Amino acid sequence: MTIVSAMREVSRRPGGTFSLVAVALILIVAIAAPLISPYAPNAIAPANRLMAPSLDHLFGTDHLGRDLLSRLIFGSRVALGVSLSVIAISLTAGIALGITAALSPRPLDLLILGIFDIVTSFPSVVLALALVAVFGPGLSNIILLVSIVFIPHFGRVARAQAIAIRNSPFIEAEKVLGAERWRIILHHVTPNIIGPIFVLACMDIPVVITIEAGLSFLGLGVRPPLASWGNLLNDGYTYLDQSIWPSVFSGLALIVATLGFSLLGEALRDTFDPKLRRGP
Amino acid sequence: MTAPVLSLKDACVRYGDLTAVEGVSIDLHGGETLGLVGESGCGKSSVARAISGLNPLSSGTMMVQQEDVAVKLRTDRRFLADRVQLLFQDPVASLSPRLTVGALLAEPLKIRKIFNADTWAAAIALLQDMGLGEQFLSRYPHQLSGGQARRVALARVLTAKPRIIVADEPTAGLDVSIQGDMLNLLRALRDRLGLSYLFISHNLNVVGRVTERVAIMYLGQIVETGKTGLLFRDPAHPYTKALLSSNLTIDPQRRRERVILKGELPSPRNPPSGCRFHQRCPLARDICAVRQPRLETQADGRMVACHFPLSGGSEAMAG
Repeated sequence: MTIVSAMREVSRRPGGTFSLVAVALILIVAIAAPLISPYAPNAIAPANRLMAPSLDHLFGTDHLGRDLLSRLIFGSRVALGVSLSVIAISLTAGIALGITAALSPRPLDLLILGIFDIVTSFPSVVLALALVAVFGPGLSNIILLVSIVFIPHFGRVARAQAIAIRNSPFIEAEKVLGAERWRIILHHVTPNIIGPIFVLACMDIPVVITIEAGLSFLGLGVRPPLASWGNLLNDGYTYLDQSIWPSVFSGLALIVATLGFSLLGEALRDTFDPKLRRGP
Repeated sequence: MTAPVLSLKDACVRYGDLTAVEGVSIDLHGGETLGLVGESGCGKSSVARAISGLNPLSSGTMMVQQEDVAVKLRTDRRFLADRVQLLFQDPVASLSPRLTVGALLAEPLKIRKIFNADTWAAAIALLQDMGLGEQFLSRYPHQLSGGQARRVALARVLTAKPRIIVADEPTAGLDVSIQGDMLNLLRALRDRLGLSYLFISHNLNVVGRVTERVAIMYLGQIVETGKTGLLFRDPAHPYTKALLSSNLTIDPQRRRERVILKGELPSPRNPPSGCRFHQRCPLARDICAVRQPRLETQADGRMVACHFPLSGGSEAMAG
């Protein structure tokens, strides 16, 4: 299926068009940030602090008088960069470990499940504090850390899905035909379990964005003055009694991203499942 | 007689404490269709899975073309896959749902790393032989009818160039007219390609029509085996007779007296003592509960595992 026909198919699903527009908008904004932002994101103007939206500052200003629109535009780069890297790393590792567990003898299966349990049993913030203490704060450490937290999440679903189909006749038919193990895994197991995991991944993108926001709030993530949606939301929360606009607009950005990626995930799932596809 | 292409000796298949197949011996000769008949749960499918390599034998030996399969598989991973193929009972479920018919058909070639223009053209020709044109190559399994899916599964299996095909209920779910087409197709392919079939079914009309020899299974064991015509006309084992009498026929000349069996099929987890059929057998005597009968060759060439085989069919049963 070509990308164009997949997108056409997605747009026919409920919320599909919205999801495509929202995700495309976020992508374009992130890529073209320096071209489209009206002000420098870090330019401080204490005289203009916490202004309401106006023609000069469409979304208003924050507690240091920085243009909120510009900071949101640059913040999308952090949001997308962190969330897409995290999802890519944890999805790949999770699927690989999950399928390995499902198709391995019991002891290896239990070992992998045990590792998943250990990782999951740590509260992610505690794990974050420990890791930051060891490796120091910074964007790449945050990406690595959140990826580790998300691996069991994808790994468990991949394992459950793989177990559900590992004895189905079409897998057995491949065995009888003489297919090697790796071929069965790559060509027959993975494509048939990827759908639900893909949806999960799309729905996790906003979760990762908020985790990044939370860690940034604790001073463990993105360091000021670099703008991220999490920082903006938390700054807005701090000055909520003086101005609601920073909270409203950074919240809206998060909502659009959440809805966009979630709906895209669902529409893609339907599109990639031939049984749900319309037409001949 | 030439050496069999497939020979199963004292084969057992166990799942934990359940023995699904016990001491089954089968010889399949080149170009022959051997029927394997029995009610649900008698171990037919376990035999099919063992022969196609999905469940290894718990004990016993399996020879293909006079080579011990267990030994050959150690050095040649595809020894079995290159010689024996399985037609699954549910053809749609046996086709990977996210692959098109074209991709499915290419699988055996790609697995064997012999995918090229020539082999692909041959595979497409095979599909066309079965009445499925190139427009089917881009379809998905769920877009096929039962008959079409069976033919795709068959073409795919033949692309692997086996000598032996195990067909598990190859006509299940097809209406009668299409069943006939399928059986004719299978027979034509067998004669053209020199295949041998192990034909598993509980449809006695179909088995009677296409097989030369037949083996009747009951509770994991073969109770009677021999030429199909002979067995169907004149069954020697009471179970064979009961099985045949349950088969409806519209021809009054061929209608038999109905033999109704008592009770249910016993659990293979806890098989009856002696002859496994004795609790349900209308002719059982004391010895049947104690001593297990062995398969013994009769004067007419068939083999029966019964202490009191029916000599003349109906008189013995009536008496």
